[in-house]
Amino acid sequence: MSRIATVLKYASLVGAAVVMLLPLVVIVIAAAKTNDEYLHSGPFDLPGDWSNVDNYVTAFNDGGMLTGFVNTGIILAFSLVGSVLIGSMAAYALDRFTFRLRGLVIAMFLLATLVPGVTTQVATFQVVNRLGLFNTRWSAIALFLGTDIISIYIFQQFLRGVPRELDEAAAIDGADAFTIYRRVILPLLKPAIATVVIVKGIAIYNEFYIPFLYMPDRDLGVISTSLFRFKGPFGARWEVISAGVVIVIVPTLLAFLALQRWIYNGLTLGATK
Amino acid sequence: MKKKRIRLTPYLFLAVPLALLIVFTYLPVVSMFGYSVTAWDGLSPTKEFVGGDNYVEIATRPELFGVLKVSLYYIVASAAQTVLALYFAIVLSFDVRFRNLFKGILFFPYLINGVAIGMVFLYFFQPGGTLDTTLRLIGLESLTHQWLGDPDTVNWSLAGTSIWRYLGLNFVLFLGAVQSIPAQVYEAAELDGANRWHQARYIILPGIKPVIGLMVILAVSGSLSVFEIPYIMTGGANGSETFVISAVNMAFKYYKLGLASAMAVVLLLLVLVVTWIQRRVVPEERVDLT
Repeated sequence: MSRIATVLKYASLVGAAVVMLLPLVVIVIAAAKTNDEYLHSGPFDLPGDWSNVDNYVTAFNDGGMLTGFVNTGIILAFSLVGSVLIGSMAAYALDRFTFRLRGLVIAMFLLATLVPGVTTQVATFQVVNRLGLFNTRWSAIALFLGTDIISIYIFQQFLRGVPRELDEAAAIDGADAFTIYRRVILPLLKPAIATVVIVKGIAIYNEFYIPFLYMPDRDLGVISTSLFRFKGPFGARWEVISAGVVIVIVPTLLAFLALQRWIYNGLTLGATK
Repeated sequence: MKKKRIRLTPYLFLAVPLALLIVFTYLPVVSMFGYSVTAWDGLSPTKEFVGGDNYVEIATRPELFGVLKVSLYYIVASAAQTVLALYFAIVLSFDVRFRNLFKGILFFPYLINGVAIGMVFLYFFQPGGTLDTTLRLIGLESLTHQWLGDPDTVNWSLAGTSIWRYLGLNFVLFLGAVQSIPAQVYEAAELDGANRWHQARYIILPGIKPVIGLMVILAVSGSLSVFEIPYIMTGGANGSETFVISAVNMAFKYYKLGLASAMAVVLLLLVLVVTWIQRRVVPEERVDLT
């Protein structure tokens, strides 16, 4: 390739990298400033003391981030275990059995993927309310499980590649369907379970509207809603808000660095459902 | 007896998943259609039947149907985003230094919490913030602006934020599609004297047609149902209100659940139509390269 083309290619890549990173870098800078420093300096002026963690302490204690992490953790644990069990059971039934309503059931799951989630909340709210789940963590857990078509899809894709001889052999040995599911299918699904946990885990960690709508109680704040509430009390205190943003992003960054390959594969699979 | 058990087994495995699907997806959709022909406020025990009144109101009140225009900004942004994603996917599918680093930087924003992104860009766009300071540094001081306060720029700013957030997903989808084209195809093309542009035009583009179709539908249905970024950043102020924000406000702020349901039905139907058109125009079959 000609020289100019190579230069242009790298220039565009570096340019894109700057655009992607700059908005985040200035947040890290702001998070280390004192209030006085923040008010009297521009976004690119470096803080006097990089080891200043006061804003992180304020964000964590006064901003309810600790409550947020606890609630997000509880919801994640229940939703992920539930997703894996429900998704793998549904996939097992749909992939390994032929039964009369199979086509209808598959069509029902497929059609549900087309329903845009946010809008139906208008009516979902009534259902959640009538079940007595409003303002409990169960509302978020139930909704994450109830609209969980991606994990069924991921498990089904994976099961298709698992030879049937394995469960047939177990059936000849006298195992019933439930034993086959638990002793043969579930262990074989391990890689797919990892994908589901990553895809759903990131989605639940980032979910804003469901906890915002169904869990308005302050003690039930999750990561997203706790950070959203920074807008009020810390309105103009950008050094504290910035610290809160960094606290929210760091776990995502660590997960990304540790699980890069899984994340690329899992999320593209999830998006092409 | 044994035969009957086998026939029942799949239903036992499906009982819980199906129950959840019906209760939390189908029941709301069906009741949404029901609410949409009433003047229900969401609280009172009676639901007054008003027929198609809510739909007439949506079609005739410009501040309701008109907000769909805001989606156009996001459609334009998604088009730009798709082109950029394709460009970077092609560039990074060939030999490039620091390939994985660039890939990671482009993709990472897609993983970030939406509220955090909203805060990051409130800071970015605020008067005297990152964008203004950058413009001043490169001598474009005259362009500094109330980016989110001016109705002329607010939607472009929000749509730009949306590109920043979602570019990575499109890029990685394209990258996967480009890399699934076997290397021999390029080698053969090079022997025939094809340059990089020819390769992009005659091998890569046809090879990734199914992904482009998927992208178009994600872009259009995504643009119609934009919610999170404008809701978090501006709350819909200064003309940045989208159709979903206005439906949600209608339901939970003004207690007009009937009207809100009708809006949700309209949106659902629009998304279904777009999906149907896409399925007709771009058939799912893979393009044969050999």
